[in-house]
Amino acid sequence: MTDVIKTDVLIVGAGPCGLFAVFELGLLDIKVHLVDILDKIGGQCAELYPEKPIYDIPGIPLITGHGLTEALLEQIKPFNPQFHLNEMVAEVEKIGDPGFRVTTDAGTVFECKVLVVAAGGGSFQPKRPPVPGVEAYEGKSVHYAVRKMEEFRGKDILIVGGGDSALDWTLNLNPLAKSMTLVHRRDDFRGAPHSVEQMRALVASGKLDLKIGQITELQGENGQLSGATVKGNDNSISQVTCNAMLPFFGLTMKLGPVANWGLHLENNLVPVDTGTFETNVPGIFAIGDINTYPGKLKLILSGFHEGALMAQKAHKYVYPDKRLVFQYTTSSSSLQKKLGVN
Amino acid sequence: MAKIHFVDHTGETRTIEVENGATVMEAAIRNAVPGIEAECGGACACATCHVYVDEAWREKVGGPSPMEEDMLDFGFDVRPSSRLSCQIKVTDELDGLVVSTPERQA
Repeated sequence: MTDVIKTDVLIVGAGPCGLFAVFELGLLDIKVHLVDILDKIGGQCAELYPEKPIYDIPGIPLITGHGLTEALLEQIKPFNPQFHLNEMVAEVEKIGDPGFRVTTDAGTVFECKVLVVAAGGGSFQPKRPPVPGVEAYEGKSVHYAVRKMEEFRGKDILIVGGGDSALDWTLNLNPLAKSMTLVHRRDDFRGAPHSVEQMRALVASGKLDLKIGQITELQGENGQLSGATVKGNDNSISQVTCNAMLPFFGLTMKLGPVANWGLHLENNLVPVDTGTFETNVPGIFAIGDINTYPGKLKLILSGFHEGALMAQKAHKYVYPDKRLVFQYTTSSSSLQKKLGVN
Repeated sequence: MAKIHFVDHTGETRTIEVENGATVMEAAIRNAVPGIEAECGGACACATCHVYVDEAWREKVGGPSPMEEDMLDFGFDVRPSSRLSCQIKVTDELDGLVVSTPERQA
């Protein structure tokens, strides 16, 4: 049992809206921890379009997803937010009025007064490969991640994909495997050149069977895979014997556990009050792409506004006895002190 | 302006008029053409606007960029004529273009 982390506010999602919310909360002396399922900060800006230009951030004619993330991190530095990456919030339990105990899939436990859901399109999760009937094998013989390498010892392993994950696991699991087949759509790999070289060396030494094509069918029963059919680009059909498959088809966004936190949902979005961006559960707020209200636009700038208003209401929960006086960063010496500029 | 014909996997065709400069994906989404999802909104970061370019049009439309090829790795039933429709910009040249949508997106 790990120690419980106590914080004023826990933000689910470290995308641009979650990051800017740290700023608005920080100005009000509210301490924040953030949890994100990705291994990096920035949400969609980091995962989907780090190098793509964004043209509609007010006052910034052009910035990339990566650039915006970096700039936001610089802006919120004075407030020392604590990040918990590679973790997904699994459970939310009400323990106060308001107050929540929040547990992640990695077992980290938080106790917070306010929970802010800034989860964008939901959590990034491995994409199911486009193979009919794959669902029946998931968790038993089809795995989207390797938790313990030992579980793959002595297996006939089929790895599908052409990026770094596919190549890394091909290289790491090869010594443990009884046999190994790598299937990729084309003889061109997205992974690091060095990994591609090592993979090709395994093929040359007979330790890896590389097939160029797409999986069209799986065979097996009761969730236990026994083989897969590969259609080559020349339409040739071949058969792979395998009892474990690891498909790496990138990430997709799914609402995930947010659906189980007692929040009302409308088309997988969380309805909020537009004065406070609070959900139907007092103390739980939703900002950014994940919320919905009349006129909602999924713009980063809207999420920034939502975070600012959320912070005002969150202050009432965190400091019920303090009166909040609205101040500007331009002129308030106390805000400037918090920002470390005065 | 160009007329683009979308053939779905059952063979049904929908024709829409598209202004130059828009992408085939944008045209499909604005006109609610089924079979195209465009989960990432056109960032070439998913493979859910996958289409097959009609043989007669493949040369004019051209092939995918390396980045697009990378994304096509995530597609369903990818063929030599596969493109991501968010990466096809409409011009007068493409007036009459025929694309078909796969049985499902990734």
